[in-house]
Amino acid sequence: MSNWTTICKETDLTPDTGLCALLDGEQVAVFYSKKTGELYAVSNFDPIGEANVLSRGIIGSIGEAVVVASPLYKQHFDLKTGACLEEPEHTLKVYPVRLEAGEVQLQPA
Amino acid sequence: MSKQRIVVVGNGMVGHKFIDNLLQDPKADQFDIVTFSEEPRLAYDRVQLSSYFSGATADDLMLTSEGYYRDNGVNFVLNEKVTELDTANNQVVTSSGRVESYDKLVLATGSFPFVPPIPGNDQEHCLVYRTIEDLEAISASAAQSKIGVVVGGGLLGLEAANALKAAGLETHVVEFAPRLMAVQLDEGGGKLLRRKIEELGVNVHTEKATKEIVAGENCRYRMNFADGSHLETDMILFSAGIRPQDELARQFGLEIGERGGIVVNDSCQTNVDNVYAIGECALWSGRIYGLVAPGYTMAKVAVSHITGGDEQFRGADMSTKLKLLGVDVASIGDAHGNTPGAQSYTYNDEIEQVYKRLIVSADGKKVVGAVLVGDVDAYGNLLQLMLNDMDLPGNPAGLILPAGDGEAAMGLGVDALPDTAQICSCYDVTKGMIKEAVASGCTDMGAIKGATKASTGCGGCAALTKQVLDAELSNLGYEVKNDICEHFAYSRKELADIVRVKKIKTFDELLDSHGKGLGCDVCKPAAASILASFWNEYVLEDNLVGLQDTNDVFLGNMQKDGTYSIVPRVAGGEITPDKLIVLGEVAKEYNLYTKITGGQRIDLFGAQLHELPVIWKKLVDAGFETGHAYGKSVRTVKSCVGSTWCRYGVDDSVGFAIEIEDRYKGLRSPHKLKFAVSGCTRECAEAQSKDVGVIATENGWNLYVCGNGGMRPRHADLLATDLDAETLIKYVDRFLMFYIRTADRLQRTSVWLENLEGGLAYLKDVVINDKLGLAAELEAEMEANIANYQCEWKTTVESPEKLKRFRHFINSDATDSNLAYVVEREQRRPAFKEERIAAVELAD
Repeated sequence: MSNWTTICKETDLTPDTGLCALLDGEQVAVFYSKKTGELYAVSNFDPIGEANVLSRGIIGSIGEAVVVASPLYKQHFDLKTGACLEEPEHTLKVYPVRLEAGEVQLQPA
Repeated sequence: MSKQRIVVVGNGMVGHKFIDNLLQDPKADQFDIVTFSEEPRLAYDRVQLSSYFSGATADDLMLTSEGYYRDNGVNFVLNEKVTELDTANNQVVTSSGRVESYDKLVLATGSFPFVPPIPGNDQEHCLVYRTIEDLEAISASAAQSKIGVVVGGGLLGLEAANALKAAGLETHVVEFAPRLMAVQLDEGGGKLLRRKIEELGVNVHTEKATKEIVAGENCRYRMNFADGSHLETDMILFSAGIRPQDELARQFGLEIGERGGIVVNDSCQTNVDNVYAIGECALWSGRIYGLVAPGYTMAKVAVSHITGGDEQFRGADMSTKLKLLGVDVASIGDAHGNTPGAQSYTYNDEIEQVYKRLIVSADGKKVVGAVLVGDVDAYGNLLQLMLNDMDLPGNPAGLILPAGDGEAAMGLGVDALPDTAQICSCYDVTKGMIKEAVASGCTDMGAIKGATKASTGCGGCAALTKQVLDAELSNLGYEVKNDICEHFAYSRKELADIVRVKKIKTFDELLDSHGKGLGCDVCKPAAASILASFWNEYVLEDNLVGLQDTNDVFLGNMQKDGTYSIVPRVAGGEITPDKLIVLGEVAKEYNLYTKITGGQRIDLFGAQLHELPVIWKKLVDAGFETGHAYGKSVRTVKSCVGSTWCRYGVDDSVGFAIEIEDRYKGLRSPHKLKFAVSGCTRECAEAQSKDVGVIATENGWNLYVCGNGGMRPRHADLLATDLDAETLIKYVDRFLMFYIRTADRLQRTSVWLENLEGGLAYLKDVVINDKLGLAAELEAEMEANIANYQCEWKTTVESPEKLKRFRHFINSDATDSNLAYVVEREQRRPAFKEERIAAVELAD
């Protein structure tokens, strides 16, 4: 069953930055890393700062993990697992994301 | 479990502190609190009593309010004295006959003024100085008097003299001892204090014992002294010391010291276990502590004991620093040199009227005391040296000698800070706690943050925490790496050199040639700042966007709910009424919370992403520019109104401030930069607390650098004097570029200078004497930077492509549904968690 939803075009992506998409009422932060060539999608809500801001964080790497840093209090979240590196009791939802015929698509988590 | 009932007798400063501390305790909900005060109001600031005579009202002095007590469930009864105490049945009885039971009783009854037993001391205009009611009586009496006398030349007596002087009376101080403040000052200090106070118009009479107070001939009273002399006066204030208010405890069987005071142990308990005494009524180890700070410590100890903690009162240091009648006075430790074998250094400048005496131990290694009059800057250093039992530096006299030309006053680096020094004020983390964390294996900032929470609150102490970490690592023999992060084995300074010398224009280029991994939120913004400092490109170019903190990307300051604040540039703080109206109209239209900033501009809070461009379009159209409040960059140039309006102005500070602000606006730097220009030495713009401060003199401009306000204030250093505008700009160009090239990430100019080898003298050599032969290059870099300036908001609102970013969702025009606001003082603010549900429901 295919339940992929197109959220934007590939050309809407700015390398190494994030954007926020609305998927069935949920806010999803989507990132594109030029170096890894991959797309990542996690929930946009920062569980520590308690605001919808993660798509506006800076992405990078900590060790092997590709991460986003919260723009509020700078905790790092692993973009593949959703885990918070500094405060492991917090985890983000991770959404399946893909590039299909020049379109960025998401599936519910 | 039913709640414990705590009765607090007395609601002075210490009684209130006890209640406030108990309310803040996590176990606060296990207690019911009742407090009685014989005064008609709740606790107020007795330390500031004399400000009542310079315009403060009783309300200004209040430390708390009835509303606060009510909101926190504290029962209070005013105008009601506790008159009986029954420790067998755990009950007190008040003047109105009210009976109150307690589980724990806290006596915070304070002290009363000692009135010497002089015949005639009970007449109508013979008063004391302790309560607001006393002040009202003094005020009424002063209105019918021309001359006033204070009996007592101690700390409180001089405060009282200040009050009489402020009330417009010819003021006299009569002291029994041979000098003023005999407890805190030595002979030299007392002598200078007397001279200064007399120059202020207060008459000082020492070695006078008052024999009697009789009717006067020209005034209301005449004081006859034991030596046969006399003094005529209309009113008399007794301020000859305090006595503990221990009457209740004494009458009902608590243990009292020989000379008064309720005896307490290290937990502040009296001889009855569930009765505590704190503050000036308590006698600990044979001593009464007549200052507020030890009283506060006792309050904390008592709360700790009642809530099951183990804090102990271990005595208190009575060192003190204060302004008496406008004269700076400080006394540390053994000010009289009574310690066996003590030796001293004395600095006595009769011209500038400064007296400093440093008393050291017999072996000359430790500070045991000090007296400072006229200049108390050394207080902090000397006190830390004594309290922490630190060894004196090689040349102890340097601690009290004025700094010579070209050298910084002797200071203490981070290594010299005592373990008790507080580094992180949000989480109360001391240097000692950070050192412990390092010793137990934390070797980077992440680990330190995890272990101590230091710099995880406001983050303002990050640089200082890092310095302590580095110093400790190097003390433990680790090789200290100043690597900016795991992706670059270079410090910020080294990266800046690489970028400049190799003409690197992008982060990817830098990462590929000198780094590894993907980069992170530390190295990316640092690289962006370096790239912007040298090439000053528009920060929203695609290859720069991903490097920037959200504040730089969206050109606003992100607030806690994810919205942004907007700060247009108001150069020099000068704004036309029309522009002010534009700001007001825009704020009104978008319902933005409005506040004046410390940098003389206006901050508009609560704009959502999609609103930013429309708001800025209006502002840009009205002639505003971005204020760069979001960037690590030049913020404001604060100014006083200067010679164009001010009677005292020497030069046009506003005009010069605007010129400077326009020159350096948009300049990216390792940390924010604040400037100020004052039009005369009255220094209304507070230029000496800024990174760059300029003060007008009769002969030109004086240039100060590396000052700081904020959490770690630093007085700026004088770099050059009597400059013309052109030379000053040249020096500032060089200074700023040198700082930008060499400072660490997030290192303010103040800390940078403290860490600069050679200090101020070296900086002068580089900036003024061009010792490194860099001056022309630094100036050229600044010129290039200025030539590349653009208002980022103007560029943004003119580019449809850039504007796409300013929306919450890429695939919907909806906005963030998580935002919720409540109205407070006629403006909106983000709802607190507990307010959110109600607010959201209302919005629906």
